[in-house]
Amino acid sequence: MNKRQNFLKGIIKENPVLVLVLGTCPTLAVSTSVTSALGMGAAATVVLLCSNIVISALRKVIPDKVRIPCYIVLIAGFVTMVQMLVKAFAPALDESLGIYLPLIVVNCIILGRAEMFANKNKVIDSAIDALGMGAGFTLALLLMATIREVLGNGTWMGIEIPVLADNNISIMTMAPGGFLVFGILIAIVNKITGGKKTKKDFGCAGCPSAEICGKASCGEKEEAK
Amino acid sequence: MTKFIIIMLSAVFINNYVLSRFLGICPFLGVSKKLNQATGMSIAVIFVMLMATAVTWPIQTYLLDPNNLGYLQTIVFILVIAALVQLVEIILKRYIPSLHKSLGVYLPLITTNCAVLGVTILNIDEGYTFAESMVNSLGSGLGFFLAMVMFSGVRSRIEGADIPKAFQGLPVTLVAASITSLSFLGFSGVIDNLFA
Repeated sequence: MNKRQNFLKGIIKENPVLVLVLGTCPTLAVSTSVTSALGMGAAATVVLLCSNIVISALRKVIPDKVRIPCYIVLIAGFVTMVQMLVKAFAPALDESLGIYLPLIVVNCIILGRAEMFANKNKVIDSAIDALGMGAGFTLALLLMATIREVLGNGTWMGIEIPVLADNNISIMTMAPGGFLVFGILIAIVNKITGGKKTKKDFGCAGCPSAEICGKASCGEKEEAK
Repeated sequence: MTKFIIIMLSAVFINNYVLSRFLGICPFLGVSKKLNQATGMSIAVIFVMLMATAVTWPIQTYLLDPNNLGYLQTIVFILVIAALVQLVEIILKRYIPSLHKSLGVYLPLITTNCAVLGVTILNIDEGYTFAESMVNSLGSGLGFFLAMVMFSGVRSRIEGADIPKAFQGLPVTLVAASITSLSFLGFSGVIDNLFA
């Protein structure tokens, strides 16, 4: 796999949100407005890039048995840095992201990429993977936020759209709208890809809690087969 | 007392963690297929939420804040929660094996559950006292429980339905979640009128 493919796979083929279905919580929560979606995407991309680089560089040093706690500490450290930077330079963004900024720590995309990619690949490849995944996450957020803000508020990044502004569907910016738009987007992706690529193909292997989760839910499917 | 009731009710119904704050979506979508799994997971979450709050609140108030270490919050909280979950699992395994058998599989999953980290951080952000924090955590846990149990019922009805191919699996689950969450919108405003 060359570097360009490595970058592009994060955006389309293995889009973390729409195909791998990772990081659903922030996706649903901050996609109410385009501005906060962009902010969230950027913050998560920075954390992902830093953590992927460092984890990849340390992949031979970190003992296999305690790798998950090590990753969590590293990620938490980077999240704290990003949090402080956002608080200092973009207080408005800090306000709109609120609790979801520190919660980047438990965003499955970051831990998932560390486990799935960074601990097996070289530093440069990991960095490219992080950038691709970050871009994929940001674009998916942007798409959802655009749909929700345009329909729900009649605005895009605060710019009013003539007809829609008077006929807004306010439910779209509320919680039910988030679930609905996300569901429909995934259905569209399924339709386009013909449902060939599902979460099972990538998701479970990379999820840090795959083994436990497997016992709880995925395992039964396999038993049934 | 009224304040406790307000915190409790708003945590369960109005600011429901899953359906209006979008925290803990992964277990909500992943483990809600069967009622007994949903119940087991929710009880484990309530348990860990209460434990985590009982430990993180004093740490923030008596250790981090007096020493101006507030910025370490995220790192300290996630570590404390991860360590706590491990500890609880070991203790349960040793002393209450029957409970470990039913909750055990869900416990490690909870470390990366954003609802638990979320509730501990929100308690600090909202400036709750220790008792209020505990009530809020219990309420949040119960809200999670309610959403999980309700949703597992909804999902069992979806199982038998005839769904367009593109919508099978996750998409239809999300649409169902949207409708479930719509029903919770009806609660907003109830609390204000109740105690006005």
